[in-house]
Amino acid sequence: MCGIVGLFLKDKSLEPQLGDLLTKMLVTMTDRGPDSAGIAIYGRESNGKTKMTVQSDTPDEDFAGLDKALAKALGGDVAVEVSSTHAILTLPAGKTADARATLAEISPSIRVMSRGDSLEIYKEVGLPENVAERFKIDQMSGSHGIGHTRMATESAVTTMGAHPFNTGDDQCLVHNGSLSNHNSLRRKLRRAGVHIETENDTEVGAAYLTWQMQNGATLGEALESSLDDLDGFFTFVVGTKDGFGVVRDPIACKPAVMAETDQYVAFGSEYRALVDLPRIEDARVWEPEPATVYFWSHDTAPTTSEKAA
Amino acid sequence: MQTIDLTQVGLRETNKTLHAQSGDTNQTAWEIVNPRGSHAIACGLDAPIEVIVKGSTGYYCGGMNQQATVNIHGSAGPGTGENIMSGKIVIEGDASQYLGATGHGGLIVVKGNASSRCGISMKGVNIVVQGNIGHMSAFMGQSGNLVVCGDAGDALGDSCYEARFFVRGSVKSLGADCEKKEMREEHLVLLQGLLDEAGIDADPSEFTRYGSARTLYNFDVDNAGAY
Repeated sequence: MCGIVGLFLKDKSLEPQLGDLLTKMLVTMTDRGPDSAGIAIYGRESNGKTKMTVQSDTPDEDFAGLDKALAKALGGDVAVEVSSTHAILTLPAGKTADARATLAEISPSIRVMSRGDSLEIYKEVGLPENVAERFKIDQMSGSHGIGHTRMATESAVTTMGAHPFNTGDDQCLVHNGSLSNHNSLRRKLRRAGVHIETENDTEVGAAYLTWQMQNGATLGEALESSLDDLDGFFTFVVGTKDGFGVVRDPIACKPAVMAETDQYVAFGSEYRALVDLPRIEDARVWEPEPATVYFWSHDTAPTTSEKAA
Repeated sequence: MQTIDLTQVGLRETNKTLHAQSGDTNQTAWEIVNPRGSHAIACGLDAPIEVIVKGSTGYYCGGMNQQATVNIHGSAGPGTGENIMSGKIVIEGDASQYLGATGHGGLIVVKGNASSRCGISMKGVNIVVQGNIGHMSAFMGQSGNLVVCGDAGDALGDSCYEARFFVRGSVKSLGADCEKKEMREEHLVLLQGLLDEAGIDADPSEFTRYGSARTLYNFDVDNAGAY
């Protein structure tokens, strides 16, 4: 089943409430996905530096002294901000690949959740309420964010199987549905040199988008080609540095509701997830069309492009 | 008018109260406030009562309805009016996917748009949509009428039996074994009756009728090689 929520703020005065609003939306979707939960939040610009979110099952051991070890290896200041099992690393710009290599060497039990200038991803196994509480998501501010509650069907309930998945710098993906050609596509992508960590179907979807974009596609084009190349059920919500996008497969079995006011654009697997948003009773509420890529961005006007099924 | 605040009373108690109403109840007018998109509101009713839901609903509102009238003052989630037997459901906003699925009788009216699989496997229900409907609507529809004042999406009436479809606007594509049909006097009369009952002002002569070409009904020995 799974639940997805997303909130994109147009009104800057709501930014301090982003984490609180998203947490309420996420917790409402608990009965669609009680296994694990995650949230991707865009805020806190790193001012010319790059951020990485990392995770460890043994944070006390792994994160102690990590700032000094990384600073030494990378040459430059490194800040480490620990939040439960996660830590946000602030690195010199352009050092994420080096940092990843260094981490694999000095502390192989650390897993990379995300990288980018403003993106942070927090995800763990457990009830959405407990996951949100663990990372104090409700106290976070930001311009937009997406969240996911997982009911696993295709692979194990693990931290790395939870959503969102990081697809590239400041990009992430959440998924409701199941991909049926993920094994063959994983083999194809691995042959093309794409790193895929788990046996999870959504990670393959995320890797597919990353691979398309590495080969020159825009995110919108990558989403459109996913309609041809991915087999199965999916509603995807993707986050980027300045906006978020939605696409549903042509059959569109997986539910989706959107709401828009002059203050925000919101996505929910069900209307229930949206009921606590400010002035929701005045919002334009609609169901996104199948096989159609929707996009909202802080930089440009909203777009919709329909792909023939 | 009896008012139930769903957030105070809870779903089970609310539905239990409505189920307790019999055919000769004096409490025929009910209002449910704060639905907040909850699932299964006013499901399984079987009495001649009228229930107004003041807001949007989640999955299966008015499912299995008999006799009752359910008015949704908002939009309705997936599977609204699923397996409706009789009575009436009126949705002031939009309806999500598989509206009135497998419905055996009664009437469902949508003032906005209905999404995909509207009237899937309909078995006698009448559905009148003032706006548009989505893809795969009335898939395997067996009987009843689906009236669409706007446009229909892809694969309308795929593998249908004897359900009738009246569409005023365009049809993106017809499903397997569904074809355009002649609009005879009896159909104009039937359609006018349905529009009147739904309270929608539209001219029946502007509609096109679609239905089964009846080529999938029986096994055809010429197709044996295809299996």
